[in-house]
Amino acid sequence: MSNLDATFSALADPTRRAILARLALGEATVMELAEPFDMTQPAISRHLKVLEGAGLITRRVEGTKRPCRLAPAAVNEIDQWLGMLRKALSANYDRLDDVLAAMKAEK
Amino acid sequence: MSKMTLKTEGDRHVVVTRRFAAAPEAVYRAHTEPALIQKWLLGPDGWTMPVCVNEARPGGRIRYEWVNGEGAGFYVTGEYIELVPFSRLVHVERMHMPDATPDNHVETNFVPDGTGTLMTMRMTLPDAATRTAMLSTGMEHGMEASYVRLETTLK
Repeated sequence: MSNLDATFSALADPTRRAILARLALGEATVMELAEPFDMTQPAISRHLKVLEGAGLITRRVEGTKRPCRLAPAAVNEIDQWLGMLRKALSANYDRLDDVLAAMKAEK
Repeated sequence: MSKMTLKTEGDRHVVVTRRFAAAPEAVYRAHTEPALIQKWLLGPDGWTMPVCVNEARPGGRIRYEWVNGEGAGFYVTGEYIELVPFSRLVHVERMHMPDATPDNHVETNFVPDGTGTLMTMRMTLPDAATRTAMLSTGMEHGMEASYVRLETTLK
């Protein structure tokens, strides 16, 4: 459960969500991530630490660089959400079937 | 009966299709008349829509407010761009949780399909980052709903 709490607070920040979106396109270094966000590298590093702590990204060592990539857990979270959206929409449209049937009956 | 499909397309689109056993006119009305919308556009179990504004004309306002009876709630605001009676709706919308998400551009088409209707809803987000942001924002909401369900199950 503590990991879910960490996931929620990690995702509560729009910059961190945008970082995840960028990483969904592929691995990136801190420098590459800092550029589009108009933020300093230390500020980006702090966000990365939170994301790493929540298990949403992983980092590897490559010389002096530590490129980041999306962790499988983050991909699963997104898939899970798509599954929930699918479920919520399906429930809506099943209800709409009933509404349409009632409209037909009223005629 | 008819199954719904939901897929992502490119990096900015989410496309949903669904068949209905009613004519396009009825499906279109169920998307534009508040008294009808409040009966089905509810999401997870336990949620209701006490406020529903839907001004079905170009420039008309949209406002949907949902609550779950346990203190949680959020709302969507939007504006209509184009309406072709009984066949097409184009609008923009944003979710407030309470911060507004970037605009989601939504095109909904209703095409006759035998005696029924094939609906295609195509959502376009400004960029890939926004789509992921929308997905992660919705994810928190969805997770909350499932926690509520879990609590009910455990009682």
